[in-house]
Amino acid sequence: MKFSLDFRNMVNRDNNILQLIMMTVLIFIIMTALSPDKFLRYYNFESITYLFPELGLLSIAMMIAMLTGGIDLSVVGIANLSGILSGVMFHYLNRELGMEQGVPMVLLGVCLSLGVGLIAGTINGFLITKLNIIPILATLGTGQVFIGLCLVLTGGPAIVGFPDAWAFLGNGKLFGIAVPFLLFLLVAGGIAFLLTRTTLGVNLMLIGSNPRAAIFAGLKKSRMVLYSYMLSGVLASMAGIILSGRTNAAKSDYGTSYLLQAVLISVLGGTNPAGGKGTVAGVSIAVVALMLLSSGFQILRFSNHLIDFIWGAFLLLVIAINAWKNRAR
Amino acid sequence: MKLFKRSEFVIAAILLLAMVVIGLINPAFWQLDNIFSLLRSNVIIGIMALGVLIVMISGGIDVSFPAFAVAAMYLTVKGMIYFGYDGVIVPFIAATIMGMLFGCLNAFFVYKFRMIPLIVTLGTGSMVRGFLLGIVGTSMININKMPDALIDFAKTEVISMDKADGTHFGLTAMVLIYVGLAILVHLVLRYTMIGRSVFALGGDEEAAKRVGFDVRKTIFFIYCFAGMLAGFGGLLHSGMIWLANPRDFVGLELDVIAAVVLGGASIFGGRGSVLGTMLGVFMLVMVKNSLIIMKVETTWQRVVVGIVIVIATAMTAWRDRKRNA
Amino acid sequence: MSEAFIELRHIGKQFLGLRALDDVSLTINKGEIHCLAGENGSGKSTLIKIISGVYQPTEGEIIIEGEKVENLSPIESVNRAIQVIYQDFSLFGNLTVAENLALNTELRAKTKIVSWGRVKKLAREALDRLGVDIDLDAEVESLPTSSKQLVAIARALMSDAKLIIMDEPTTALTGKEVETLFRIVRDIQSRGIAILFVSHKMREMLEISERLTVIRNGVKVAEGSTSDFDEAAVIRHMTGLDIEIEPFRKEKPGPDVMPRLDVQGLTLPGDYENINLQLYPGEIVGLSGLLGSGRTELALSLFGMLTPASGSVKVDGKAIALDSVQDAIAEGIAYVPEDRLSEGLFMTQSIKRNIIATSLDNLAKGGIIDIPRVDRVADETIASMQIATPSAEKMVGELSGGNAQRVVLGRWLLTDAKVLILNGPTVGVDVGSKAEIHRKIRELVEHHGLAVLMISDDVLEVAQNCSRVILMHRGRFVDELEGDAISEDVISEQLKSFT
Repeated sequence: MKFSLDFRNMVNRDNNILQLIMMTVLIFIIMTALSPDKFLRYYNFESITYLFPELGLLSIAMMIAMLTGGIDLSVVGIANLSGILSGVMFHYLNRELGMEQGVPMVLLGVCLSLGVGLIAGTINGFLITKLNIIPILATLGTGQVFIGLCLVLTGGPAIVGFPDAWAFLGNGKLFGIAVPFLLFLLVAGGIAFLLTRTTLGVNLMLIGSNPRAAIFAGLKKSRMVLYSYMLSGVLASMAGIILSGRTNAAKSDYGTSYLLQAVLISVLGGTNPAGGKGTVAGVSIAVVALMLLSSGFQILRFSNHLIDFIWGAFLLLVIAINAWKNRAR
Repeated sequence: MKLFKRSEFVIAAILLLAMVVIGLINPAFWQLDNIFSLLRSNVIIGIMALGVLIVMISGGIDVSFPAFAVAAMYLTVKGMIYFGYDGVIVPFIAATIMGMLFGCLNAFFVYKFRMIPLIVTLGTGSMVRGFLLGIVGTSMININKMPDALIDFAKTEVISMDKADGTHFGLTAMVLIYVGLAILVHLVLRYTMIGRSVFALGGDEEAAKRVGFDVRKTIFFIYCFAGMLAGFGGLLHSGMIWLANPRDFVGLELDVIAAVVLGGASIFGGRGSVLGTMLGVFMLVMVKNSLIIMKVETTWQRVVVGIVIVIATAMTAWRDRKRNA
Repeated sequence: MSEAFIELRHIGKQFLGLRALDDVSLTINKGEIHCLAGENGSGKSTLIKIISGVYQPTEGEIIIEGEKVENLSPIESVNRAIQVIYQDFSLFGNLTVAENLALNTELRAKTKIVSWGRVKKLAREALDRLGVDIDLDAEVESLPTSSKQLVAIARALMSDAKLIIMDEPTTALTGKEVETLFRIVRDIQSRGIAILFVSHKMREMLEISERLTVIRNGVKVAEGSTSDFDEAAVIRHMTGLDIEIEPFRKEKPGPDVMPRLDVQGLTLPGDYENINLQLYPGEIVGLSGLLGSGRTELALSLFGMLTPASGSVKVDGKAIALDSVQDAIAEGIAYVPEDRLSEGLFMTQSIKRNIIATSLDNLAKGGIIDIPRVDRVADETIASMQIATPSAEKMVGELSGGNAQRVVLGRWLLTDAKVLILNGPTVGVDVGSKAEIHRKIRELVEHHGLAVLMISDDVLEVAQNCSRVILMHRGRFVDELEGDAISEDVISEQLKSFT
């Protein structure tokens, strides 16, 4: 009862969510109709639960940067750098120090990854709040630096041979459910709570809505924006852990196409790129919708490139419809 | 005195300083063949940067041009092979028109739906690239199949020289095309009403409407012109590297935007110059290419480029803050 | 009897069922200065937009120089020699003065190629015609407001206009600049050009215009020769109310009372010098001065946004450091900014969030917001500020100006404010709400023992609501009025003498 009320409230407040759900259902129905026997197989949905968390986390990271009217073009760089640094560390510990490839080492790796995300996010936040570089240019630059560091560390080819426990984070199963999916639910829930129920979240919304008024209202604008990029960085590094765990490899140019997709998904999920508006639920549904779309087309034997085409067209269409609707009002 | 205040002057000064430093580290920098090859590397990035400059002056941003460039290039080369056509002028016209049509797509969404240019161009870019790779093909067209006329055209040199050891080097004539296009863009921006309308739009869209500019015409002009430059540059690129690769230009948008920003254009619109952009492009290309001369491993290239972007933007932010105060 | 340039007959305009204008007739004669007066939201700007062709009227007809005009478009309006100078001037900050001046002419001539020689020539002529000298190569952005306005006027004159509409032209000008503007306006008139002067500033209207039209709620309520009106009459027509407000009078407390705010020798070179100011509990002190007098800078310094070079500030006898806005708020200083839309409100956020913005940290434990408490506090504030809304979740952007301003004021009820600095507390608020807000401010002062510093361009507002008025000029306090010495006329005369 309480939940349903909450839910209705949420839908009422933000009919974007309702529209997204309708869109997702529609995609589901169309895909089912096109190839009922293949699309509805359990395996298909299971593979989606492995694939979408990394993109979902990157999209949420993007959304958080957009809440204050910014953008984070360095998320993929951070993700790859986290994975690669962990890989490098694992090899070093294993070969040079003879440390066992067990859980302690993986925990160390997780700490390292998240630390990388935190530091990278702090650098972004510092450039944006202290040096007043606009976010798109600051993160464009740092993104190059992070990917560049990946190249320096690997020399080009992928780092392979991650410990099993690490791979478990990316392709393991717990209680019959994909581990990355569980991680995603946990993190997404946490972020949703953070954005709606904590001072940080409300601060970010207010700052994004009107940065000047935020100063006059006595909000600690610089610090909050800094926190938001740190958070964005940490989320990106989580995506990096899952990505390298799932593929059991890390490379400087993995997931390059994720960057643009993350931007588009967060906008599609109802985030206002000018700031002040965005929900975890919206972004998550948008990711799921697009994943259903692409898995459906994959079953129909469309090539990945063609699916990119459909994504682009689909996103433009939806955003255009939204713009059209808002203008009519 | 005014000269020293202009941002072009500042960029040129920094550029000269950087050249002196690099030359001190390795005098080979000043050798003619190095300078020639540097200039050659400017051509394609420079042509694309001219398009991005126009978009940026209008207050927008374009990340779709690499996709447009590669699509125009690949489709044109494929068409030439299919029809067995071996010429220069018609293919370039075709690629330019294709770029223009793609640009129309951007303009349509930006104007009709009032959508943010970044989002629009992200979408159209991934659409066009997806279309190219998904429908047209993914295989490279290499030198065996490349139309000879294109390659021969791109081989044209303005200065040809021989080194002491007998090896040949020269300055490609494509530099002239680049400079020609740059002059054209400069003239359009400075001396035509449509060019001025780009500045007006970037300065204040509402005022532009009130004064009586046809904003629709301006937006279509901006994105179509940028598309044309991308299409043209794309085809020229394939001639210069003797290869038509449908996966080419990935990530080029970052370099080009960085170069335009380095050249003093404001990402908020209303400000920017062709000369500044050319200097920005030269700076970026030089830094990238000179790492080898300075005996830095090539893997460091992107790190250095990233740091250059950060430093340059931090400097402009600092300058603008002083202006506002 | 002079000849009409434009006649609007029985104009009505509806927006999605909302009636913005109803049966408004307006005649502007050739070469007259006509004033259009009305409160914000009275339909003034709709009427201007109809004359300039931006909106099409839903009823009525427009006759220009004896000819009935159907479907007046912006271009048609310009072709009929009508020019509007908007409040924001519609200039391009990134272009030079010369280009800004020449653009209209070039566009009208459908020029394709720009000749910079011709641009300069056109611009030079335009400035000469106005008899002013501004550097043609300067970027407009770098000019002071008064020069920008001159550029805008010069641009309008270039097109051989027969009617120039000036929308609130004096808002950002100093006293001296207003005089210059009026001289220029009269000069323009002497060339047979009509001017429609749109304003809500009584004195200016009465001084400059020959005829006057007053509209209220989309309806014309008065018109006639300006000499037939006095200030009270115009206000009565504009507001529809006979607002007789008891002026707020209060004795300045004796030396034994501790001031809430005590400022000594506060200096920020270039902005203000050696400011000494005491605000006592229960006082409303007006701070009057022209734009650029340093009044806003002083207020921002007290609120921790600008750091003064020297001097001391005490709140309730305790010396405080004002290094940040957070410090100022923690010490009990509250500030309602000048521009509600850009500085005060979070338009896309709920009323609730706007109210709690400043006291978020107090409403949370360990960073987690106490939701029931927030709801309660928001509802209480809405009730005590009498904000008309069905729910605290409503977007602030959907509120009227008066209600929105109450949200900004209400925010400070939650912070234990001791000193309240109001910068233009009722700008853009309709008259009814204005009185309500003034009443609210008096209530806060009386019940909570607040000390208020009120900065306002609205001389009447200051005269009626302040128990002391300080006049500020060029960064210094130059005079202080108390008790019955406070009157609109005295303050106005003083301000006028500042150059």
